Amino acid sequence: MKLNVNGREHEVDAEPDTPLLYVLRDHLELNGAKFGCGLGQCGACTVMVDDQAVFSCLTPILLLEGRRVTTVEGLGTAEKPGPLQQAFIDEQAAQCGYCIAGMIMRAHALLARNASPSRDDIRAALEPNLCRCGTHMRIIRAVQRAAGKRTAEAAAGGGR
Amino acid sequence: MRKTLLAVIAVVVIVGAGIAALVWRPAIDRVNRPAAGSFDAALIKRGGELAAIGNCRSCHTAPGGREFAGGLGVPTPFGTIYSTNITPDEKTGIGAWSEAAFRRALREGVDRGGRHLYPAFPYDHFTLASDDTIKALYAFVMTREPVAATAPANTVPFPLNLRPLLAGWKLLFLRKGPFEKDPGQSEEWNRGAYLVNGLGHCGACHTPRNFLGAENKHQAFAGGETEGWTAYALDAASPAPVAWDKAALAFYLRNGWQGDHGVARGPMSEVTDNLAAVPMADVQAIATYMASVAGPHRASNTPSPRRERQGAGGPGAAIYAAACATCHDAGRAPPYGGIDLSLSTGPSGPTARNAINVILGGLPAEDEQRRPIMPGFAGVLNDRQMADLLAYVRARFSDKPPWTDVEKQIRDARTEQSRVHPGPAPEPARGSPGEKEARQ
Amino acid sequence: MSAHLTRRSVLAGTGALVVSFSSAARLLAQAPQSGAAANAAKDLPGSLEKSPFLDSWIRMDADGGVTVFTGKAELGQGIKTALLQVAAEELDVSFAAMKLVTADTARTANEGFTAGSHSMQDSGVAIMNAAAQARAILIAEAARRLGVNADELKTENGVVRAPDGRTVGYGELVSDQLLHVEAQPRSPLKDPASFKIMGKSQQRVDIPAKVSGGEAYVQDLRLPGMVHARVVRPPSYGATLTSVDTGAVEKMPGVVKVVRDGNFLAVVAKREFQAIQAMRALSAAAQWHEEPRLPNQSDLAHVITSLPARDVPNLDRRQPNVVTAKKLEAVYTRPYQMHGSIGPSCAVARLDGEMMTVWTHTQGVYPDRDAIAAMLRVPKEQVRCIHVEGSGCYGHNGADDAAGDAAVIARALPGTAVRVQWMREQEHGWEPYGPAMVGKVSAALDAGGHIVDWDYEVWSNTHSMRPGGAGALLAAQSLAQPFAPPEPKPLPLPEGGGDRNAIPIYRLPSARVLYHFIPTMPLRISALRALGAYLNVFAIESFMDELAAAAGADPVEFRLRHLDDDRAREVVTTAAEHFGWSSFRRGPGRGRGFAFARYKNLAAYCAVAAEAEVDRETGRARLVRAVAAIDSGQAVNPDGIANQTEGAILQSASWTLYEHVTFDNTRITSIDWSTYPILRFDSVPESVDVHVIDRPGQPFLGSGEAGQGPTAAAVANAIADATGKRLRDLPLDRGRIRQALGA
Repeated sequence: MKLNVNGREHEVDAEPDTPLLYVLRDHLELNGAKFGCGLGQCGACTVMVDDQAVFSCLTPILLLEGRRVTTVEGLGTAEKPGPLQQAFIDEQAAQCGYCIAGMIMRAHALLARNASPSRDDIRAALEPNLCRCGTHMRIIRAVQRAAGKRTAEAAAGGGR
Repeated sequence: MRKTLLAVIAVVVIVGAGIAALVWRPAIDRVNRPAAGSFDAALIKRGGELAAIGNCRSCHTAPGGREFAGGLGVPTPFGTIYSTNITPDEKTGIGAWSEAAFRRALREGVDRGGRHLYPAFPYDHFTLASDDTIKALYAFVMTREPVAATAPANTVPFPLNLRPLLAGWKLLFLRKGPFEKDPGQSEEWNRGAYLVNGLGHCGACHTPRNFLGAENKHQAFAGGETEGWTAYALDAASPAPVAWDKAALAFYLRNGWQGDHGVARGPMSEVTDNLAAVPMADVQAIATYMASVAGPHRASNTPSPRRERQGAGGPGAAIYAAACATCHDAGRAPPYGGIDLSLSTGPSGPTARNAINVILGGLPAEDEQRRPIMPGFAGVLNDRQMADLLAYVRARFSDKPPWTDVEKQIRDARTEQSRVHPGPAPEPARGSPGEKEARQ
Repeated sequence: MSAHLTRRSVLAGTGALVVSFSSAARLLAQAPQSGAAANAAKDLPGSLEKSPFLDSWIRMDADGGVTVFTGKAELGQGIKTALLQVAAEELDVSFAAMKLVTADTARTANEGFTAGSHSMQDSGVAIMNAAAQARAILIAEAARRLGVNADELKTENGVVRAPDGRTVGYGELVSDQLLHVEAQPRSPLKDPASFKIMGKSQQRVDIPAKVSGGEAYVQDLRLPGMVHARVVRPPSYGATLTSVDTGAVEKMPGVVKVVRDGNFLAVVAKREFQAIQAMRALSAAAQWHEEPRLPNQSDLAHVITSLPARDVPNLDRRQPNVVTAKKLEAVYTRPYQMHGSIGPSCAVARLDGEMMTVWTHTQGVYPDRDAIAAMLRVPKEQVRCIHVEGSGCYGHNGADDAAGDAAVIARALPGTAVRVQWMREQEHGWEPYGPAMVGKVSAALDAGGHIVDWDYEVWSNTHSMRPGGAGALLAAQSLAQPFAPPEPKPLPLPEGGGDRNAIPIYRLPSARVLYHFIPTMPLRISALRALGAYLNVFAIESFMDELAAAAGADPVEFRLRHLDDDRAREVVTTAAEHFGWSSFRRGPGRGRGFAFARYKNLAAYCAVAAEAEVDRETGRARLVRAVAAIDSGQAVNPDGIANQTEGAILQSASWTLYEHVTFDNTRITSIDWSTYPILRFDSVPESVDVHVIDRPGQPFLGSGEAGQGPTAAAVANAIADATGKRLRDLPLDRGRIRQALGA
């Protein structure tokens, strides 16, 4: 079936009940979304479907006809990181980094609906995502940093 | 002519005086806040247990707010009523209330200053509270942490926001206490009836209401709704696939889940959270009474064979198999893993609303307690897919006719984003008083 | 203007290697020494001792590219970056021009395990010295070619520069054998005051890929023709597979093979989801015989102290007839706790001819390689283990076992790359936990409020069941011809295992410390970050507060009263000051707590000051803020140290407030995040400030584990301060706090 991922159409040869996570990783060879639990408890698999952050480990592709999937690869590359990714780099917001792609997608969804979230807003939005290394403080700062940049850009009357 | 006029005036004055007499309530003098140390520790503890049964904290605490400081908006058909600050703060709370003022509020729905209170505060139940109960509750609230906080203004439109009108409501619907025992029933039954109909105010959710917002006493426990959730019928019309008996009820109320019935969600999960810390005897009493409400007394209840309809297919079947079965058909011991939906009341409910709420919002992970976690599917399923899934669940896991109006309920649920509270009560820590009892 | 060197002249230069080596040797003998490399005459610094050839650590191409080799592994602690900083600094090569090869049994030195916070001490020191010596050799070679005196030459950015402006790049100087020389005991290390890269918070080299979906983890490895495997693990320890009908599973879509060897059961499929579905079917088809053999969870402390134990005396300086004014005693306990790696363990293996290659996130490629070779009953040389990053492991998690699984399955499918991914329930259920422990302390104060007597006993299993022997691997234990788990042994002091940090660092005129080493392991255990130091420091530092209270003393001042080590005193005062300890005012439900320890009494110094809040209604405690000071010796990457310490504080707070493995009499029941909850964003503190005290020129002390113990005690002390109640049984969860408050 057809899947739209990061703006491109892909023809995917997978059973319709295959969770999106495995299609992204196995078929499309995208690394961002990760297997952490397969149970919707840890958020390492978080991607965007349209404007919603979802657990890709529990989203069968049969539900995704005509919908847009965005993974962290869709936000930028190592050479040209997007603003949120850059914020994580600037804050050095990672230890092992395994949870980070999921955090970025969850934060991306937050910033799309709330451009200037409070610290409490950020914490509530990231609640579904676990970090075992204890990088929470930096993750929050990275999101604040990205938000600050955004609101600064918007205030400057340009934005992107 | 003059006589008639005088007579009319007299009638108006007398009726008016009568109405005024009904409506007007005197203010009770302020007192100095009693010192916390002046209350007996055991009384405070008992008050805490009773407050848990009365669910005081859940209404009188705003999300993220300080305990008992009020500010929770309760949506009613007449507007949103905000709960008040019942911490012993002297300016913004009830710190200046005497026990008599407190008693009057619970029994008659009148605050210290003489204002009538909206029955969103269920004094039509609390009126049954005994003097001893009120004394203990008073000791408890007066020894909480005082917090300076003022609730937002209610959004009840004119003229319903005229408080004196509430006197009329009370005239019609408030049957003042105290509680009267039924001599033909056991002590435990009576205690249960006292708690359920009094502090527990179970009927406030589980009994249907009339157009003036009062409970239909003739249909006690025939089912109601609150904040976007169906509070199931608890009488003989209960839709539960396996009938409730006393043991199941006691376990469920205590633990927030029960093997043959599923898991408490929404506002009920707050109730079971509270009951986790209440003496088992009280929970048993409540269970005894509610078991009699449910139907003829049963010594035990073997669950019916797993109710599954063959041939329940359709597009929902594929969705269920792909998104739900991993957890819900895994056979993991409750309350973790996905519950066995053939035993859950949700698929058999009068409307799809509860199922929709849970599917959309899941049981979110929060506050680091051992609880079932279920992801929400709001972002994953669109309305049509949700409706397909619901149709499948209804057909496979219940023997009831298909739900109607499902699309509208889905849209309502999405916009209201019904607060899906934390899941079942956390398991008590090892060695804590609740631990052993939870296993009974 | 670079001297034009022909290939002939370069090769001809090899003949002069001996000469240049000896001139380098003269250079080295004269060079000023930085403290870090000072050693006894024969010993080589760090891991050079075991791997003395310089080109085991540093290699250079003809185009000037530098590859650094380390036997350590990146665990997310930032070691890749730190080691590159060290090499770049000492070699004078730009950071960007360097590559790093990490633990690989075919390419790197054997540095044992990346554990114990030893990486900088072992590998960092080796690389630092090797790089310095390599630079000296390059200078000597350049001096020879340019006909200049070596000490007139300068290096910068991979280029040697003569006073007259002639330059020659490193790449032109190298030859095959130039660096194939053994290290000298002493190196011309740079003066820390001149550092340009070391000591700076260089951004981590691995983060850009991690935020953009680059290939960064063993889970991301994709080899041609790779297939996916899932293991069906038993439902409980020691369960035996009585029957399994694999016929139906073998016919499932995509299934390549079902592997059964004794109790080892696995299925391989072409696609990952196919493997998962097949695993579920195979699991349903399998019948196991289980035995109830787990202890009573609610009575764990008693279970632990009742098991047979061997006494390991740590310290015996008990004085008779000590004059005491007050005596106190207390018992502190810890349950089993989990690594809980976010990414369940994973490995890829392929058998090519006789060579088994395993890509794994084990902390020790050499020991894991040896164990796998023993399990497969082949010579070590026929197994190669290559480290590829996993998610944070915090010690010995399922990584080694996953590698073993992959090897067993790959053996059944020669020529095919097999990827094994553990499920969440498998990682939770089968990883080796941090052992349950009991610490009993009693002490006496004199009238002046000084500790005059101290007695501490600690009960624990070993804290390492790492390979060491095939029997350490789950796969090996379950084969039809199984390997027995190795005999547990206590880790020797001074590092210790269950007795790590059991000896207080304080001045104690009379003291005894006794370790009851328990060989019987009711639950599978091994090394979890900080090992015994977590409970021991929790106990000691909680008890120090109890003693301080009995002495009527401020907790910080009480510690300083008994601390002689200047660096210890400095972290204590730094943390206290930045916390605002002396001006702290207790808000409603709030309290402050302090704790300090020097990890292993010989590694990093760490003090933590914490503010906690307790909700009396719910018993919920949360960390409001933490301020820490850490002295890790010479700081290679200060932000890296801060990052690790922040992480340690939050992780330890999670362990301390919430975590315990649960089990019934047969099975582990905490098998996912719903049954083993850990810290989430709703409980994150408002701030965590880490002050890194840099000691340029001092030995590296490591930093990964220093915060775990002090945080536990600081939180416990803050809770005690907030509530007036002392809790001694970990975790300090709501039920326990409510009970303490209600009682």
